[in-house]
Amino acid sequence: MGYMSFIDEIKKECGAPGAEAMDVREDEVYIETSNADFRKVCLTLHKRLNSPVMMYFASDDRKDKGVFTLYCVFLGGLFKKWFIVRSAIGRDDAEGMGSLAKEIYSASLFEREIAEMFGIKFAGHPDKRGLKLHNEVWPEGSYPLCKDFVPPQTYMTDGSEYKFNRVEGEGVFEVPVGPVHAGIIGPGHFRFSAAGEPIINLETRLGFTHRGVEKLLEGKDVSRAVHLSEHIAGDSAFAYSLAFSRAVEKICGIKVPERQEVLRGIYLELERMYNHAADIGGIALDVGFSFAAALASIMKESILALNERTGGSRYLKNINQAGGVKTDLDKDGVSLMTESLGPIMKDLGELKTIMLSNISFMDRVDTTGVLRKKTAIDLGIVGLAARSSGIPLDLRKTFPGIYESAGFNMKTQEEGDVLARLNTRFAEFEESARLIKKFLKMLDVGEPSSGRPVYGYKEGFALGYAEAWRGAVLVWVSLDASGRVDRCKIVDPSFHNWHGLTYAVLGNIIPDFPVCNKSFDLSYPGNDL
Amino acid sequence: MMNIFKNRLRKKIVTRPVIFRDHAMAGEVEAVGLELRKELHKKFGRSFHIREVDTGSCGACESEIISTTNPIYDIQRFGVDFVASPRHADALLVTGPVSRNMAVALKKTYDAMPSPKFVIVCGDCGRDGGLFKSSYYTLGGVKEVVPVDIYIHGCPPKPLDIMRSLLAYLKR
Repeated sequence: MGYMSFIDEIKKECGAPGAEAMDVREDEVYIETSNADFRKVCLTLHKRLNSPVMMYFASDDRKDKGVFTLYCVFLGGLFKKWFIVRSAIGRDDAEGMGSLAKEIYSASLFEREIAEMFGIKFAGHPDKRGLKLHNEVWPEGSYPLCKDFVPPQTYMTDGSEYKFNRVEGEGVFEVPVGPVHAGIIGPGHFRFSAAGEPIINLETRLGFTHRGVEKLLEGKDVSRAVHLSEHIAGDSAFAYSLAFSRAVEKICGIKVPERQEVLRGIYLELERMYNHAADIGGIALDVGFSFAAALASIMKESILALNERTGGSRYLKNINQAGGVKTDLDKDGVSLMTESLGPIMKDLGELKTIMLSNISFMDRVDTTGVLRKKTAIDLGIVGLAARSSGIPLDLRKTFPGIYESAGFNMKTQEEGDVLARLNTRFAEFEESARLIKKFLKMLDVGEPSSGRPVYGYKEGFALGYAEAWRGAVLVWVSLDASGRVDRCKIVDPSFHNWHGLTYAVLGNIIPDFPVCNKSFDLSYPGNDL
Repeated sequence: MMNIFKNRLRKKIVTRPVIFRDHAMAGEVEAVGLELRKELHKKFGRSFHIREVDTGSCGACESEIISTTNPIYDIQRFGVDFVASPRHADALLVTGPVSRNMAVALKKTYDAMPSPKFVIVCGDCGRDGGLFKSSYYTLGGVKEVVPVDIYIHGCPPKPLDIMRSLLAYLKR
C-alpha cells in the first residue's frame, strides 16, 4: 500500500474530510486539518502507524496568518515517511480542541511545553505543571516563544511550590536528590518515594539547564545556527549539527555529494563510539568496578584524540555545514583512522570479557532496572533504550541513505534491563567500528573535496533528523525569505526517554538508581534546551 | 581476574596518549602536573578538593573535567580530587551560563562550602553567558551569582588546559 492510499483510508476512518490538503516534501507528508479534526487524525495515525508522537510543537504565525500553527509528527516506518498533522489554531481554540495526552502518553510532555512556551492550554490535560520555566523564578503569563515576547519587567512569582506526586501511607518516605548531584554531571531533581528498600515511585523534575535555545536560534543565519546547534548537547554535537544541516539542505534543495555523506557517516559513528565507551565505563563505575571503568575511559580518550586528529575537534564541533562537511579526510587521515581502530577494538574485546565474566558485576546488572517492552511502547521510548527493550527502531534503518551500501545491522536486545542496554552498547560499538571501516573503503574512490558549497537560501520549512547515539535527534526548521531561522523545534531522544527511566527503576533499590540512570545516560541539556 | 592482571601488565603505564605516542604532550602533562603538585603541597598541604556544579552547560565541559581524571591525565596523582559534597571542597568548579533555574542551587552550594574557598569557572559560557548570553533565561555568567577567581577558557577547555589554568592561578 502506498502512503497516498493510506492517507485516504485514514481520512475515511476518522471521517475527517477536512484533512484534504496535502503537501509532500521528500520524506515528509503534511496533512492539513481543521482544528476540530486535529485530534481525531492524530489519534488514528498514532494507532495505525504504531508510532509515538515523535514531535509536537507550535509556531507563532500570528503576524502573517493571525493564528498559531500546531504540528504533530509521527513516524511511518513502513512507508519510510514522516507524517505531520498540521492545523491552524487560535490561543483559545485549544480549550475546545482538547488534549491528546489522555489517549497518547507521548503527547503529554509536548503539550505541557506548548502551554508554557506559547500559552496554548489544552483542555483536559492531566498535568498542568510547568516543565522548563520553573514557577519559582518565572512569572506566569510570560510566553517566551511567542514572537511578541518581551522579557518580563519583574521576576516576582506567586511563591507557589512545585507539587510533586506524593505517595502516602505508613512507612513511605521521600528521598529528594538534586539538582546538584554527587558526580560531575548535569543538574536535575529526583524525588524518590520508597517503602523499605524498593522504590515505589520516582518523579523527575528537569529544566535546570534550560537556556532558551529555541528562542536563541530565531533570527540567526544558517551558519551561526549550525554553530549554536552544536552546543545544545555537547556529547551529541555532531548529530545535532547534522540534523540541522539536513533540514536546511532539504529546504534549499541542496544535494550533498556522496563522499561528504560518507564522511558524515564516519563522524556520526565516531560520536557513537566515544559515548558508548564512556557509558560502558560509567555502568561499571556505578557498581564500583573501577578497573573496567578505567579501561573504558582510556578507550574514550583514544577516540576523542582520534576525533581531534582527523576532524580538528575532540567533540566533532565545527565539521558540519549546510551542504556538506568542512573537513575532508586525506589519505593520511584514512590510514590514521584505520590504524587507530585496531587497538581500540582489541581493548573493547578485553573489556567485554572482563565485565561479562565477572560474577559480582553481572549480579548487579542482570535483571536490574527492567523497562518492559509494553511500557516502552506506551511511553514512546526511542533509540538505544527502545532497542534494548525489543523495539526495532533506528533511523539508520528507516532512512538508510549511505548506510544502505555499508549493510547496516540494527542491534536489539529483548530483556530491557541494565545488562541489555550494556549489551546493546557493546554490539553497537562493534557495529560502528565495522561501519567506519566500510565507509573508509568507500572514501577510496573520489577525490577529497573542500570549500564552501554555493547555494541560495530559500524560504521554507523541513524536518532534519539523525540517529544520534541516544536515539533520534529531530530538528524542524523554518527559514524566512532572508535565509534566517524563523522557528526551530528541537527534540532530543532524552525528552522521550526520561520517563522510561522513572518506570525502569520501580521495584529496584535506591542504591541501584545510579547504574539504572547511567544505563540510559540521558541528556539534561538536550531535554531542557 | 586473570584478564584484569593480563590487561594491566600489557598496558603498563598509560599516563600519556595511548594511541598516538605523543611524547611531547605526555611530557607536558607530567611537567604541568608535577608543578601543580608542588604548588598544592605548599598552599593546601597536599589535599585540594573540588566540587563541580553544572549551571546549564551542554555537557562537553563535564566530559573534559571527567577526562582529567582518566588514566592518561590522572589529575588525582597530583593532588586534585573531585568530591561529592560542597562541605568537603576547597574550590567550586562551575560550568554553564547560569540558567535562572540554577541560580539558587549555585548560591546554596557556594554558601555550603567552608571558607577559605574560591570559584573556578570552566568554559566560555560561564564567563559572560557565551553563546547563550542574549537569552531570556540565562543570567550572563557565574559572576552574577558568586564571586569568581579563575576563568578557564575554551569550548570546552581540553584536560591539559584545565590543568594549566589551575597551575597559573595557584602560582600567582
